[in-house]
Amino acid sequence: MTDTPDPTPPARPPLTLKRALGHIISCKDASRLVSRREEGPLSAWQRLALRLHLSVCEACSRFERQIAFLRTAMQRYRQ
Amino acid sequence: MDYYAQPYSSSAMAAADISRDLEPQRSYLLRVARLQLRDEALAEDVVQETLLAALSGTGFSGKSSLRTWLTGILKHKIVDAIRKKQREPTVASSFGDIDAEIDIEDFDALFNERGGWEPKPGEWGNSPEDALNQRQFLDVMDLCLEKLPPNTARVFMMREVMELETDEICKELTINANNLWVILYRARMALRLCLEQNWFARND
Repeated sequence: MTDTPDPTPPARPPLTLKRALGHIISCKDASRLVSRREEGPLSAWQRLALRLHLSVCEACSRFERQIAFLRTAMQRYRQ
Repeated sequence: MDYYAQPYSSSAMAAADISRDLEPQRSYLLRVARLQLRDEALAEDVVQETLLAALSGTGFSGKSSLRTWLTGILKHKIVDAIRKKQREPTVASSFGDIDAEIDIEDFDALFNERGGWEPKPGEWGNSPEDALNQRQFLDVMDLCLEKLPPNTARVFMMREVMELETDEICKELTINANNLWVILYRARMALRLCLEQNWFARND
């Protein structure tokens, strides 16, 4: 046991509970769920895992917006 | 009043009106049919049948747009054509092997070994919707759709343009729901990447 303060600040963002929960699923899994959701409702567990992931992942949030854009673009295609 | 003073009945007039309106829709219908059938002659036939059905039908109420109504008719004609093709074993091969397009592992290349994006999806700007008003963007979209593997494009169009429910598509193509999700995922991943590379990256 020592009371010397750790001189080096953490290089990575601190592992908060939110971040830990957000990484229960990977970006790969999250991207599949985002696509899968276009075809019908996800299970409660899938919804929760995806929501937690999206709340901490900027890349997947972008992907989610781009998939929504694709749908809009295809609707425009039809008009 | 002279009977011959009115050479056209009002319904004939309406038919003349509608046939004039139908012609500009033809190229759109052909584009959709070609992407789904990947068969020039068959696409022409299906569009012909759609226009004939539209001319002889009375279904157009004016409540939806003419294009939406025509797309509805085309949807049935395309499904009929696919059904017919599947019953002819000799021709069925021209559709290619749908199972060959189901491999989800293809897109694992877009992720690292921990399942993180590699590379990450790019930023498409605050309002990518603005692109939808640009002719060139729609051309890029078309090119990206044409680059998809044939069955992937067909399934994606059935889902997003024809708005068929997933169970209908599964039934028509005799694939299970899981395989359908994989194909649609694949289509979205490929389209996203193609649009990013050919439009959004260029217009930053």
